[in-house]
Amino acid sequence: MTNAQENTAVQAKTFTRTVSSARQFQNAFVGGLIALGTGIVLIPLFLIVGQVIFNGISAISVDFFVQTERQMSAITGGGGVLNAIVGTIIMVGLALVMGLLIGIGTGIFLAEFSEHPLVPLIRVMSDVLTGIPAIVVGLVVYGLLIATKLTGYSAIAGGVALGLIMIPIIVRATEEVLKLVPTNIREAGLALGLPRWKVTLSIVLPAASSGIITGAILGVSRVSGEAAPLLFTSLGNPDLVWNILQPMGAMPLSVYNLAFKALTPAQNAQAWAGALVLMLFILMTNIAARTLSKRR
Amino acid sequence: MSNPFQVQVAERTASTAAIRLEAKDVSIFYGDKEAVKKVGVSFRSNTVNALIGPSGCGKTTFLRAINRMHDLTPGARVTGQLMLDGINLYGSDVDPVDVRRRIGMVFQKPNPFPTMSIYDNVAAGLKLAGETNKSKLDGVVEKSLRGAALWEEVKDRLKAPGASLSGGQQQRLCIARALSVDPEILLMDEPTSALDPQSTARIEDLMESLKEQVTIVIVTHNMQQASRVSDTTSFFLLGDLIEHSPTAQMFTNPKDQRTEAYISGKFG
Ligand SMILES: Nc1ncnc2c1ncn2[C@@H]1O[C@H](COP(=O)(O)OP(=O)(O)OP(=O)(O)O)[C@@H](O)[C@H]1O
Ligand SMILES: [Mg+2]
Repeated sequence: MTNAQENTAVQAKTFTRTVSSARQFQNAFVGGLIALGTGIVLIPLFLIVGQVIFNGISAISVDFFVQTERQMSAITGGGGVLNAIVGTIIMVGLALVMGLLIGIGTGIFLAEFSEHPLVPLIRVMSDVLTGIPAIVVGLVVYGLLIATKLTGYSAIAGGVALGLIMIPIIVRATEEVLKLVPTNIREAGLALGLPRWKVTLSIVLPAASSGIITGAILGVSRVSGEAAPLLFTSLGNPDLVWNILQPMGAMPLSVYNLAFKALTPAQNAQAWAGALVLMLFILMTNIAARTLSKRR
Repeated sequence: MSNPFQVQVAERTASTAAIRLEAKDVSIFYGDKEAVKKVGVSFRSNTVNALIGPSGCGKTTFLRAINRMHDLTPGARVTGQLMLDGINLYGSDVDPVDVRRRIGMVFQKPNPFPTMSIYDNVAAGLKLAGETNKSKLDGVVEKSLRGAALWEEVKDRLKAPGASLSGGQQQRLCIARALSVDPEILLMDEPTSALDPQSTARIEDLMESLKEQVTIVIVTHNMQQASRVSDTTSFFLLGDLIEHSPTAQMFTNPKDQRTEAYISGKFG
């Protein structure tokens, strides 16, 4: 080292030292603010989760998962929400099929054929659909399927209502992850002499699959908690049914019904327990979505 | 090097074979910007043709026009005629998918299919075109990987993701992928710029042997490479084709002083 270099090195050292104590303070201060903010966000979360667990845990039992609402009794107790669990799985499953088929198709169209003149219109329609209140979606499906006697009050009608809510979520997720797939991947496929649709379906879509799966799971966790779109469509059913042409129960409907009709503290606890099961279900799908998107 | 420019090789092939590819008045625009200006050039069958010139002069742009890769670039436009065996590739009755099936391409940056294994990257072209015969696919994959000088390095891990390879290996994987579909014309955009000297030599040997079946157009920044592998060289400058000559002639006795300045390293 020459003298001049040594000088600058010494200067640099003192310089960093003076700054670092101020910076340490700033760091600690900002860190504290962040911790405080996080705490404020977490408090309501813990309040909600805590209250649901506190009130509902006493009603959780094996019976609660293997018996139906029909078997509930204010006098003898018992009964469960199997009818609602099965109903939610069936209707959310129907909604998922509909959401994936239409949502992925539309998302591909928006992302891969963005030069098409209909794209802006479809994108706006999808965004508007996101904003329509769930209860309105329920009414519309009632008007389209039930009032017209195409179906009765049924799981299929409920599934369609939930599907309509899920579609824009999957459209958005699909479009966004497809846009993240680099253009040069598409070009590589095209340069092999493959038609565009094949490149899209066999090369681009798989590259985006984990993002689409994440979107689908978020869609599932969003619609599983919806009671409003089911009120005029699947109606609810205290019995366990598998036929999708019949009225069918669902977890959010059960929570709503049980909370209203509870005559005894035990039944009240059952309503809370229903909420707890619903919450755990949604929590699990969310965790699944996050693990999948992290693995990417 | 006693004979750096392979005079005989160039003369042997460049002047006798039939014209395979011909550009007539080809201009390529990005929006209003004319990136390639009224280029006229022809490449003969079974030759290697180098495109050289400073960065940004339009080499990639011209190369991508040959297999209609610009069709999907918003705002890009090609005018003039690009003929393959006398048929205009931009004719209204020509399907760009057919064009690309016959004219393969290796891109400037390696672009393996991200979700696919090494094997599937190479087999994808045939598989997606409907080939299901496993032993045929196996054969093509091995042959293509050998051709791209990658086989020895990956033969024990063909199921590993293509993206797990190093940059240079990925580029060779992309070369293998391009070879797998047996193109008649092969466009190569700086295929060896990310490779070590050994792999580069293997790829250059490959070009030499591929010439028997294929006509190659290669972009390169490496003058030695151009002189080693190519029969003709085209020098681009700011979108203009300044000179197109047999390689030996271009490097020993360029017609244009700008060519001379460039190949002697005075600019670019
Ligand atoms: N997609 C594009 N949109 C607009 N302009 C572009 C596009 N691609 C290239 N250009 C421009 O066209 C000109 C030629 O670019 P091109 O990529 O063909 O150069 P190149 O000769 O291949 O350069 P390099 O040796 O650096 O690869 C450049 O000025 C570049 O900025
Ligand atoms: Mg280039």
